[in-house]
Amino acid sequence: MGTKIAIKDLTKVFYKKESRVTALEGISLDIADGEFVCLVGPSGCGKTTLLRILADLEKPSGGTFTIAKSKKERPLQSMVFQERGVIPWLTVEGNVSFGLKMRHLPEDVIKERTAYYLEKVGLDRFANLYPKELSGGMKQRVSIARAFANDPEILLMDEPFGALDEQNKFILQEELLNIWSETKKTVLFITHSIDEALLLSDRILLMSSQPGTIINEKHIDLPRPRNMEQVRADPSMAEYFVEIWNHLQDEVQRSRN
Amino acid sequence: MKEHERDSVIDPLQMEKQEWKKRQLQHRFKQLLTITSPIFIVLLWELLSRTGLIDARFFPPPTEIVGTFWAMGMSGELFHHVGISLYRIFAGFLLGVIPAIGIGLLMGLYSPIRHFLSPLIMALMPIPTLALLPIIIILFGVGEVSKVVTIAGSVFFPVVINTVAGVINIDRIYLDVAKNYGADSKNFFFKIALPGSLPVMLEGVQMGQAIALLTIVAAEMMGANSGIGYLIWTSYKAFLIKEMFVGLVLISFFGYLFSLMLRGLQTKLLPWR
Repeated sequence: MGTKIAIKDLTKVFYKKESRVTALEGISLDIADGEFVCLVGPSGCGKTTLLRILADLEKPSGGTFTIAKSKKERPLQSMVFQERGVIPWLTVEGNVSFGLKMRHLPEDVIKERTAYYLEKVGLDRFANLYPKELSGGMKQRVSIARAFANDPEILLMDEPFGALDEQNKFILQEELLNIWSETKKTVLFITHSIDEALLLSDRILLMSSQPGTIINEKHIDLPRPRNMEQVRADPSMAEYFVEIWNHLQDEVQRSRN
Repeated sequence: MKEHERDSVIDPLQMEKQEWKKRQLQHRFKQLLTITSPIFIVLLWELLSRTGLIDARFFPPPTEIVGTFWAMGMSGELFHHVGISLYRIFAGFLLGVIPAIGIGLLMGLYSPIRHFLSPLIMALMPIPTLALLPIIIILFGVGEVSKVVTIAGSVFFPVVINTVAGVINIDRIYLDVAKNYGADSKNFFFKIALPGSLPVMLEGVQMGQAIALLTIVAAEMMGANSGIGYLIWTSYKAFLIKEMFVGLVLISFFGYLFSLMLRGLQTKLLPWR
């Protein structure tokens, strides 16, 4: 399979009068078409910065990246934001169709695709509610449906399940895998939950903090479709868990000293 | 001990039901209190005025004010004053609010515009529009236009300032969402900035409404030959105290009415809050 995202020597420095923080340093990375990649690292390691650069919300200080285009009318990327990313003055339907409307697609296409993804995430009955009436899990379903409905080349996800309780998290992770397996989009997913990364990923990238670099990667070849029980039962996954855990411990220790 | 045991036999549902009823009763009592205070004051006023404890020449009993109100209504005089004041308020209000929202959104969204215009607004805001009335009359004449402009001027500032604040306080993440999903500047304006700033903006409109009423009365006292403010002022000068009170009560009534209308508009426009 071809390369979908090619990142070369990406560097980001935040410069202020008194301080400079190297958020990312020399990130080089290829992600294959259809690959599900999780970025795991301690908080403040620059993983969100990397995602924001790919999402065109931040400019890199140096280096380049390309996202391969397969269809002319497809947007390059869509982001699933953290829980607050659902727009409060739009209904569930308005949020899911947001990207399509912004791109001025024909009305019937918008209707059809919105309805399809509302149904996919089980929110069709709630189409006319405002986000304030939704639980955290439902809000993230809206966010996921919005991104998939937009049909982008790649999906970027910034800790979408970070604020959810464990049970909801498991349910949404499996739902995400279901939708994803249907579309086989390339996904770059940020998390600090090791379990989440093991369940979702084809590949896990481990980051160090300040400067943010990618220091290790793990291929997860557990057969799909997967569920949490399989991940928990697999001895090699348990090994991976400990390895990643130790890495994160080291990083946190290091940044504290 | 015995009693305690008997207590615990009571059906929990029954107990909660009684609690609920108690809360309902308290709620109704509070609602009653809200309408009691004005009635109480009016009754007290009537009583004191009738018994001569306060001077009935300056504080005529409310029943007589109602009578005067009725007579003025029948003669048609009242409708003329009320009509002209309402026209000035509405026209001035719209003339102030609409540009204030437009300019406020632009200032909130585009920081160069904000930096350019905010010193002007900050410098002009502290000047009471009434103090500018002479200049306004020089520019727009003594007719209706100058009154409408005076109102517009005083409504403009609270609305523009609240609109800017409303846009600036929109959570950054919604701007990121809009950008990420490819919103053009028109959509940024109408789908993000306008609805996102609406709650704070409407607080400004509410303030502007109060100021509009304040301004029209004062402006009509200073230079007009019609309107509620004119009615109050000329009645006072001719020592027609009951007529003056009719004017005051009208102001109070319209102020209250406009507030309620705007509150209604707020809940209509902000179903997502």
